[in-house]
Amino acid sequence: MTLAYVLAGVTMLALNAYVLLGGADFGAGVWDLFARGPRAARQRAAIEEGIGPIWEANHVWVILVVVLLFTCFPPVYAHLSVALHIPISLLLVGIVLRGSAFTFRAYDSTKSPVQKYWGRIFSISSTITPILLGVCVGALVSGALALPVGGDFLATYLRPWLTPFAFAIGGLTLAVFAFLAAVYLCVEVHEQELQEDFRRMAIAAAIAVGAFAGIALLLGSRDRLPVMGSLLTQPWALPFQLVTAVLAVTAIGALLTRRYRLARLAAAAQVSALMWGWALAQAPYLVPGVHTIESAAAPAITLRLVSYGLVGGACVLMPSLWYLFRVFKSDSMSAFERVDTAEYRRPKGE
Amino acid sequence: MTDLLAARTQMALSLGFHIVFAVIGIGMPALMVLAERKWLKTGDPVWLDLAKRWSKGTAILFAVGAVSGTVLSFELGLLWPKFMEYAGPIIGMPFSLEGFAFFTEAIFLGIYLYGWTKLSPTAHWWAGVAVMVSGTVSGIFVVFANAWMNAPTGFEIVNGLPTNIDPIAAMLNPASFHQALHMTLAAFATTGIAVAGIHAWMLRKNPQDVFHRSALHVALLVAIPASLLQPISGDISAKFVAKYQPAKLAAMEGQFETERGAPLRIGGIPNEATRETPYSLEIPKALSFLAFADLDAEVKGLEAFPEEDWPPVAITHFAFQVMVGLGTLMMLASLWVLVLWWRKREVAESRPLLTFLALLTPAGFIAVEAGWVVTEVGRQPWIVYGFMRTKDALTPMPGLVYPLIGITLLYCFLGVVVAYLLWAQILKTKPMTQEMRVP
Repeated sequence: MTLAYVLAGVTMLALNAYVLLGGADFGAGVWDLFARGPRAARQRAAIEEGIGPIWEANHVWVILVVVLLFTCFPPVYAHLSVALHIPISLLLVGIVLRGSAFTFRAYDSTKSPVQKYWGRIFSISSTITPILLGVCVGALVSGALALPVGGDFLATYLRPWLTPFAFAIGGLTLAVFAFLAAVYLCVEVHEQELQEDFRRMAIAAAIAVGAFAGIALLLGSRDRLPVMGSLLTQPWALPFQLVTAVLAVTAIGALLTRRYRLARLAAAAQVSALMWGWALAQAPYLVPGVHTIESAAAPAITLRLVSYGLVGGACVLMPSLWYLFRVFKSDSMSAFERVDTAEYRRPKGE
Repeated sequence: MTDLLAARTQMALSLGFHIVFAVIGIGMPALMVLAERKWLKTGDPVWLDLAKRWSKGTAILFAVGAVSGTVLSFELGLLWPKFMEYAGPIIGMPFSLEGFAFFTEAIFLGIYLYGWTKLSPTAHWWAGVAVMVSGTVSGIFVVFANAWMNAPTGFEIVNGLPTNIDPIAAMLNPASFHQALHMTLAAFATTGIAVAGIHAWMLRKNPQDVFHRSALHVALLVAIPASLLQPISGDISAKFVAKYQPAKLAAMEGQFETERGAPLRIGGIPNEATRETPYSLEIPKALSFLAFADLDAEVKGLEAFPEEDWPPVAITHFAFQVMVGLGTLMMLASLWVLVLWWRKREVAESRPLLTFLALLTPAGFIAVEAGWVVTEVGRQPWIVYGFMRTKDALTPMPGLVYPLIGITLLYCFLGVVVAYLLWAQILKTKPMTQEMRVP
């Protein structure tokens, strides 16, 4: 196990964290779009309260992934940036609109006539962005990025990602994000009616995850993608798939029996298992057919210094993140919560 | 429009857009922390009100800064993949550290903005301090990476490829210190002056308003030291450029001839064809003195370099004049305030000074933009000074004018919305404490 493999693993961990945290924030935006019925306004309020304080921090995971990629595996970053120029550009538009519109909605007055449009932009971009992210991953997994860069425009910049398989992964990503969001919201809301709403959404999303995973598997086998071969034939493949299946069944079972904390744990584990299955199936390739972890790795000294930086950074980051989630996501309310504002205004106890 | 020009324009636009929000993200936490500290000490609600209203504006601006910064981290690859492949292993280090610093900033900003009733007042104040420190550190690391493009060190070229990489030497290159100092001071000066200007404008209508008086006071506390130190930091930068990037200095000054005792040119329109800078006010020998601390030092003119290595002269010269001019005005405003304070007079009662400050509201931002034009355009045609030309770093993707149009429309839209929201939701609404204070 070389340092390059360790850093590839850390990059994957950061992506995993982005999916579990940032992904769920996108998923919450999807439910904002689909909020219906008599409790739609309350659903939207719960979503806003759930992601407001944390989405910016959760979003930084993707920046960490990008930075690790260009520092530790620069040819991979360059290759993906060229081959996926168009979907990544569209993805960025989605990221910009989602974040800005969410903040504009939160800070614009509810009386403002444009306020409802911010909500619309927020929820639509929350829905499109995950699809584009999944399309990029799907194009990468499918091995279509191995084409020489700079040839025919269609063949180089469009065909690799305009495939049914890539869009199936796009759909899978959207379903996964929505699934995570709904499961988390089940734990976070305290009103039973809302909890039931989000539970129904979570079950619907779980079915969608299964459906898109099935479609992706079928398309992948039809196209004889090499990654499918390893998913079926490698020695780790069968136990890994069993574990994923058990986690999926656990998540659904916990939702059906309203054990939401267990559901949250199982859902997060199931999604992580999906991601690591992809990573294992594609290893040692970072870009199938082009760059492996070893061939794309930066010089040893860069890798060593980055790993020191990661250890140092984690020492700051982990306690900070723990504090963030303790403040906003712990069930027991802190002593200062719901203190009347007028009282709070007098710190000296005048 | 060629793909190269489209890519350069898109990069300039994206950086120019982001930097406004980055500067505010560094400067505003200092103001909020100072105001909240006053509240903790005095219990006077006007300070709490101030910190809260400032944090409302910061929330909007920080979100746009975070997403436009994300765009940049991808755009480096989308537009300049060959540069990133070349430079990634060398300058990835400051980017990684910046990643962690920005992460910390985002975490504590979330805690600060949403934690008013969830934390004890002291813990809340410390969260603000964490935002301020991590925001500043994150800016410094990004500037380190840019400094390397001006003073590339920490590697050797063997067979056309960077080898024997030393990321620490690259991070601590000769340009790092002075660029980071200049940018950090700029962030505090710009934010301080801009906020002071807004509240000065309000005070022109009602000089007795305690809310705006308090706001002006805190903003000036941040603006004055930064804008007084900035000329010194600028001098350090100029001496560096004179030594390491003589072509950039020559372009900044519109200096075509190599001469001893070179004059400092104020104004003027450099003409690359005739190799002259007419219509300028020349201060004899001042450039030689400022660049090398010697009245008769030789300053290399652009003629000393092949024309293919010239940066666009007029743009660089003009931007440099704008930056120095506005920086000087900001310094003068600070001195004026200090004189009034020394004579124990209220700033709010000097109407001319209030007008001057109000007019300077955008000055820092324009100076920052102009300063980055000097740094970036002045480095052309190089992306890594002396090693890699910008055109050689460009992506092979054709039709780059379309993403340029897209991002221009997107950022224009966002800019208008942000301006509208700040005006409608913050400037137009009355502070809670204002009614109690102002009869």
